[in-house]
Amino acid sequence: MSVLTPPRSAPSRKAARTPSARENFSGWANRHRKWLFAAPAMIFVGVLIVFPLAWTLYLSLTDSQGSVRAASEFVGLQNYLTVLSDVERFWPAVGRTLSFTGVALVCEVVLGMCIALLLWRPFRGEKWVRVAILLPLVATPVAVGMMWRLIFDPNIGFVNQLLGMVGIPAQPWLSGQDTALGTTIFMDVWQWTPMVVLILLAGLTSLSEEPDEAARMDGANAFQRFFFITLPLMMPTVIVAILLRGIDALKTFDILYATKGKGGGSFHEVETLNVYAYGLSFDYNQYGLSSAVLILFFMIIIGSMWLLTMRKKAVSK
Amino acid sequence: MTVLKENTEPQTAPAVPATTEPRRRKPVGTRAYKVFRVAALVAVVLFLVAPLFWMLLASFKTNVDIYDTGKSFFFTPTGENYANVLQRNNYFVFIFNSFWVAFVSTALSLVLGVPAAYAMSRFTMHRSALVVLMARVIPGVSLLVPWYYVFSNLKMVGGFEVLILSHMFVSLPLIVYIMMSYFDSLPLELEESAQVDGLTPIGAFRRITLPLSVSGIATAGILSFIFSWNNFMFALVLSGSKTKTLPVAIFDFVSYASIDWGGLMAAATVVTIPIMIIALFTQKYIVSGLTAGATKG
Repeated sequence: MSVLTPPRSAPSRKAARTPSARENFSGWANRHRKWLFAAPAMIFVGVLIVFPLAWTLYLSLTDSQGSVRAASEFVGLQNYLTVLSDVERFWPAVGRTLSFTGVALVCEVVLGMCIALLLWRPFRGEKWVRVAILLPLVATPVAVGMMWRLIFDPNIGFVNQLLGMVGIPAQPWLSGQDTALGTTIFMDVWQWTPMVVLILLAGLTSLSEEPDEAARMDGANAFQRFFFITLPLMMPTVIVAILLRGIDALKTFDILYATKGKGGGSFHEVETLNVYAYGLSFDYNQYGLSSAVLILFFMIIIGSMWLLTMRKKAVSK
Repeated sequence: MTVLKENTEPQTAPAVPATTEPRRRKPVGTRAYKVFRVAALVAVVLFLVAPLFWMLLASFKTNVDIYDTGKSFFFTPTGENYANVLQRNNYFVFIFNSFWVAFVSTALSLVLGVPAAYAMSRFTMHRSALVVLMARVIPGVSLLVPWYYVFSNLKMVGGFEVLILSHMFVSLPLIVYIMMSYFDSLPLELEESAQVDGLTPIGAFRRITLPLSVSGIATAGILSFIFSWNNFMFALVLSGSKTKTLPVAIFDFVSYASIDWGGLMAAATVVTIPIMIIALFTQKYIVSGLTAGATKG
């Protein structure tokens, strides 16, 4: 296990001629294995997180722009005031982030629960359905975005072809100012409902059958059994699914960038906080402002996670 | 739960004459429900697979055929798009880049992450675990500005090292998370008895726990590889023309003037196919990794 202790291995090898020193080292390593094992990973993540985060916090208090290297002045909370009073870009972006996440989560959990219930009891061909569920999940999001761009194309897309067959006029989808966000939500639902299905299915299979069986004996129908027995027992798992999916949904970037490009499209129609902050940082080099946006964004994420964790504790009781 | 348990006794009693084995499944199957279930499952599979199938079809069409709605399903397939992607656009280089970055970052993350997860699981270091898992929560953009600054000063932007480091940042928390729930489920007794037999605690970890954890490590490794392969934002900022990974390279087919749809779909297929093949063969691991820790309290 000396591989894991690079800083210590050199002196210990020198001392290894006296066996007791080697034993000492081994004893020391074993006594401190807790931190010996955990420290490298924690230091790695810590250095890569704490330092950038502290820097972001610092930048958010300065008027840094153009280049991080350029001289910048300390401006206090000015950036936060600018951002929070910005009704052109910031607040719409907050709204889009929350509605994207909220709508996507509701669709994914409801659909995911339905599909998980369909899959719950064994059936023939189960293997193939499970493969189909896995495919969207592992597909590269950027490639998926490109795929949907073709399918939702107003002129040549397959969706409008299908609509045409049943006599519905062609829709603008991604290129429409009002329809773009909804279309990207649809893509998110397509790609990530399978994830929710897998989590809920794991939860369902770990339920004991007894409560359900007992309710059936008492004459409860399928709907009653689901809403009064299965769903309450599944609540902790549902919240875990929402938590895991919610963090990623709030931070969605790849498909938005792949389908609408920089700034969430020419009218910022799919510009969420993440896309906005990316644009401020790397297209406009407004580091001070973008850092303020990021800190606020981070607080939104942490806040919603905290609320969910509280909720989970309440239902687990 | 406790209230309901009282009612369960009648259920255990008839289970004794075990000859009527299929009766547990019986109540699920009214005929209408069966038909509905099959129809619903077919609809779900179509919904999930049809878009991918459409992408695959389009990748074998010429751009003229893609614009011809009469040739949605019947057309003369062409390999031209793939020749374009793989030869003229040097996709083999990008495939190698993606593979190399995903492979090395996964391997290094496993070396760091598995012992860490072990310690965090055995010593219930929840607060330390939180530090590592924090990396999953943080928005990537907030890290990219400082990283870009530091690494460009070190002349590392555009090199593999910086890409690998940034991808490890995604892989490591994932691996720690999966391995922690794996070690939690591994019984302590085996290690304890190994220590009674004279192994040191670290020796017990290396000779007993690690060999028992192969499937957990495989799970974590496969998922970390997939996430790294699919990662876009870090490579968008930190990769150079020589280290471009596949998700970034796709954008070569999109320009303001026009989109080479055939080439774009072929490129998208080339990006997704390897990962889907891996997924097909490692299905069980992926499912257990994605649902790790989801069902315990």
